[in-house]
Amino acid sequence: MIAVQSLTRHFGTIKAVDNISFTVNKGEILGFLGPNGAGKSTTMKMITTFLPPTSGTATVGGCDIIEQPLAVRGKIGYLPESSPSYRDMNVFDFLTFAAEVRGYDGDERFSRVKNIMETCNLKEVAWQQIDTLSKGFRQRVGFAQAFLHDPEYLILDEPTDGLDPNQKQEMRSLIRKMGREKCIILSTHILEEVEAICSRAIIIGEGKIVADGSPEELRSQSKLHGAISLELIDVDLKEAISALEKVQCVDKVVEIGSDFSGSPVAENGSGKKRLKLRLYPMSGKSIAQETARFIHQRSWQVDGFTVEKGDLNEVFYNLTRGGAPK
Amino acid sequence: MRNFKAIFKRELKSYFESPVAYVFIVIFLLATAGCTFFISRFFENRAATLEPFFMWHPWLYLFLVPAVGMRLWSEERKSGTIELLFTLPVTLGQALAGKFFAAWLFIGIALLLTFPMVVTVAYLGNPDFGLIFTSYLGSFLLAGGFLSVTCLFSAMSKNQVISFVLAVVACFAMLMLGVGVFTDFLNGFLPVWLSEAISAFSFFTHYQEFQRGLLDSRDLVYFISVIGFMLAANALVLERKKAE
Repeated sequence: MIAVQSLTRHFGTIKAVDNISFTVNKGEILGFLGPNGAGKSTTMKMITTFLPPTSGTATVGGCDIIEQPLAVRGKIGYLPESSPSYRDMNVFDFLTFAAEVRGYDGDERFSRVKNIMETCNLKEVAWQQIDTLSKGFRQRVGFAQAFLHDPEYLILDEPTDGLDPNQKQEMRSLIRKMGREKCIILSTHILEEVEAICSRAIIIGEGKIVADGSPEELRSQSKLHGAISLELIDVDLKEAISALEKVQCVDKVVEIGSDFSGSPVAENGSGKKRLKLRLYPMSGKSIAQETARFIHQRSWQVDGFTVEKGDLNEVFYNLTRGGAPK
Repeated sequence: MRNFKAIFKRELKSYFESPVAYVFIVIFLLATAGCTFFISRFFENRAATLEPFFMWHPWLYLFLVPAVGMRLWSEERKSGTIELLFTLPVTLGQALAGKFFAAWLFIGIALLLTFPMVVTVAYLGNPDFGLIFTSYLGSFLLAGGFLSVTCLFSAMSKNQVISFVLAVVACFAMLMLGVGVFTDFLNGFLPVWLSEAISAFSFFTHYQEFQRGLLDSRDLVYFISVIGFMLAANALVLERKKAE
């Protein structure tokens, strides 16, 4: 378990991280979200004992980051931002160095390095100088280094940054696979990534936690959550809106364009009138059943019916707006 | 000890994997030989002594040692590998010592490669091998002193050029404190005990003792404590600056 207790870090007069507390349990993949400069990396640097906190502390598997930094480092696998590595070394030597410092000797060291190169698909570049590798490979080298000693705790600072879509996919499935028996914290500013791999997300803005919950819970804070997008054919606009507004628990009905930003766009398709509407529920209410029944009663021709899960982008924007100090 | 060894090995290997090592060794050997034969006129002296060889070491080290050491921490900080290094289970002391001793040994290897000088002088005459030994020892310790100063300045800046320039200036000051011209100048207006105390802080003063064939514990203690002090200061600077 990683337990962070009122962790604070100042840089001069700037409060980079301001009294952050949270815990992460085994089996959880925690996504750390926030705009650039919100304090994600600073928090991670403190948990990995690289940066001493101004106040507060954290424990990793029962070891305090201030009292027992070496024990903490031994338990953690850390991928720093932009995955730095000794560029003048080749992949094999670099991983061997990491394994040596992690306390492995002889045959075990060799087999660890060999295995991790297999897991991370690095065998083909084993003897290549890291400097000559592409960004994707360098990221994998950093990942291999972090995962070499099969740590219980993984801290990954923007693990998919700068990778191409295929590599991102690969990286995500690797992380997901490990997430089952480990405790992982990863930072990102790609929201789809959080939805794809994280069991929980923390959003920080200006050094404070502004939201903490599963991706679904966060999404439910969105205005869009529970709203219904409808596509009707050959129905009069005004009639439809006034009728649908009377459905139980519907707060308001708006016409939308093909983009789901909410701006009304009139649309006329081949003779038939196609109408796109969105129904917003009153807060906390579900309107899907009632709406479906109502449409059925009127026997309108329906071409689309979607219950919106909510938009993480919108939640993120609302929570962190104006929150980029740098 | 294992961690020290791992860092030491990595560091030493990285010298020989880049052209730095070969450039340094070639320049060092050419420069020492050049100064000895062409400026000090080794042959014309007709004396079986390596003094014209060792007298140049402080002035060559002044530039060459900072060139070897400037990257030690600057590069780690600039490339961000320092974050990697200090989130591995390595203590500051192990990292510091590993890097310092690797660079020192590297300079030591370059120094050992000057052995043809010894062979030459032994072939031509009957040199005092005790003197040659203490001279080499003094030279090696002097290089360690310069290197420890360079380490400190390397930790202060992410920019290798700045580290280099500051280290050269600092080493120059440490050297000049004991050079005759400067001590004479100090004697002009300072009491003798004070100017002697100042020159006792100089690399040059203590290096000279070794060149006279004296193996005095005071000179050994001086170099070891300078190195210790500089590395301790280095640790403090790193602790404060590593995350910047």
